[in-house]
Amino acid sequence: MSSPLPLSPTHTAAPGQGRLIPRLLIAAALLSSLLLVVIPLAYIFYRAFAAGWAAFAANILEPNTLHAVWLTVLVALVVVPVNVAFGIAAAWLVARFRFPGRGALLTLIEIPFSISPIIAGICYLLLYGRQGLLGPWLAAHDLQILFALPGIVLVTLFVTSPFVMREVLPLMQAQGSDQEEAAVTLGASGWQVFRRVTLPNIRWALLYGAILCSARAVGEFGGVSIVSGSIRGQTNTLPLQIELLFNDLNIAGAFAAASTLTLIALLALVAKVVLERRR
Amino acid sequence: MTASTPTASVIRPKRVLPGFGLTMGLTLTYVGIIILLPIIALVLKGAEVGPLRFLEIASAPRTLAALKLTISAAAMASVLCAVYGLLMAWVLVRYDFPGKRLLDALIDIPFALPTAVAGLTLSALFAGNGWYGAVLEPQGIKVVYTIWGVTIAMAFTSIPFVVRTVQPVLEDLDPQYEQAAATLGAFPFTAFRRIVFPAIFPAFVVGISLSFARSLGEFGAVVFIAGNLPMETEIASLLAVIRLEEYDYNGAAVIALTLLILALVLLAASNLLQARAMRYKGKRQ
Repeated sequence: MSSPLPLSPTHTAAPGQGRLIPRLLIAAALLSSLLLVVIPLAYIFYRAFAAGWAAFAANILEPNTLHAVWLTVLVALVVVPVNVAFGIAAAWLVARFRFPGRGALLTLIEIPFSISPIIAGICYLLLYGRQGLLGPWLAAHDLQILFALPGIVLVTLFVTSPFVMREVLPLMQAQGSDQEEAAVTLGASGWQVFRRVTLPNIRWALLYGAILCSARAVGEFGGVSIVSGSIRGQTNTLPLQIELLFNDLNIAGAFAAASTLTLIALLALVAKVVLERRR
Repeated sequence: MTASTPTASVIRPKRVLPGFGLTMGLTLTYVGIIILLPIIALVLKGAEVGPLRFLEIASAPRTLAALKLTISAAAMASVLCAVYGLLMAWVLVRYDFPGKRLLDALIDIPFALPTAVAGLTLSALFAGNGWYGAVLEPQGIKVVYTIWGVTIAMAFTSIPFVVRTVQPVLEDLDPQYEQAAATLGAFPFTAFRRIVFPAIFPAFVVGISLSFARSLGEFGAVVFIAGNLPMETEIASLLAVIRLEEYDYNGAAVIALTLLILALVLLAASNLLQARAMRYKGKRQ
């Protein structure tokens, strides 16, 4: 009971000081996150619904915005399955086989993460554009890639290509190939091994990769802005429509479009938290 | 195909599993068409002009102004991300408080949010009639259409990098060393500087260089808030886009290649640092 007495003043001061610093740091962290992340997020919905539900609905149902929603969904519907297939194939190749150039291939697959989307868009224009590498050939065969759906899809494929592989590969490597080898030894065909053994093992990582890929595909701006030509009501995806409305000074319309994309981003985050607990 | 036939598996007994030929074919085709071919187009267009003209375009006043703005804003954004990231990683790993998990999840929002949405929101928030602008502009601080706007847009889109690189390293670091230092009479800051900081330093630098590389290439968020005045608030990637719109393909390729090389050198350096740090860690264990 009398133990506090012999303690020197510095020792009694220490615990108080020890509680003060954490509290200050936590307060600083909360405040800065509030200013940097939470308020901007809340502001999107505030501006989208500032004039009420009816105005919001009118902004979303505006024909060009509605067309942009449809085009964005269409692009994602093409891009995500292709990149899921690519992600599985590439992960299987890298995780299950040793071959010369394996490291180089892995670096190459990850390159879209280190290249800014705008540079990706420029690359595609320099390849398929009128003065581009394949431009004359495309013109001679009357093929339209740029300023049309194929160009938008191709750039989005580039930008989102590593997502699925990146989630699936570490899991495949960690799980090893014992189960699959056993299945092969027991006479299963390649397709059976994949469907009965591999797929159940990687399904959550695959789903998570597909969600990341979709979120990114839906929100892609820089790369798509270069190759789409931003033709109103034709090649405008939702992020491009936001810029167009912003430049038209239709800020309420821009925020209405932005809020739908934000909702998708938030859903992807929730899915991430849920799937991480599952694994 | 060949790998799964009996003869091939005799030569290479390790390849029991099927699908080598199929996945190799698919992967190479896809990587070739989607990733490699466009990059080759960029390199060829950039190389077409020859080294002298390349330097001439890269050092034209407008290009230099754009590069200078991009690099300085990216540097300031990285400092901001470094301070915030270190604080967040420390608080999330070492302290317990209500709402901690929510805060942890919130940090990923800037990555999840499309850049055009981020740009729109920041430019509206910092405009004279926005929530932040209404407070800042009467103080004489103008963010929209200035380098500060560019910096804030870049910082916002790369916020999670430092947090997410430092956080796992800090989790692995046993707090008992700091406690020992404190018991031996070290002030909290001394313990942090001498014990914690050296351990997280490589991850910290990797996080900062990722933020910097991302900021150099950020486009969507920046074009909304920058105002895009030539020589003043025009970032390098936007100048490349303007050159494209003028059908100056070589000019665009030179600027894009310069940015690309800058980002790749930076990432290679940070990878090297990370590899060295891993080796160091491996030796200690």
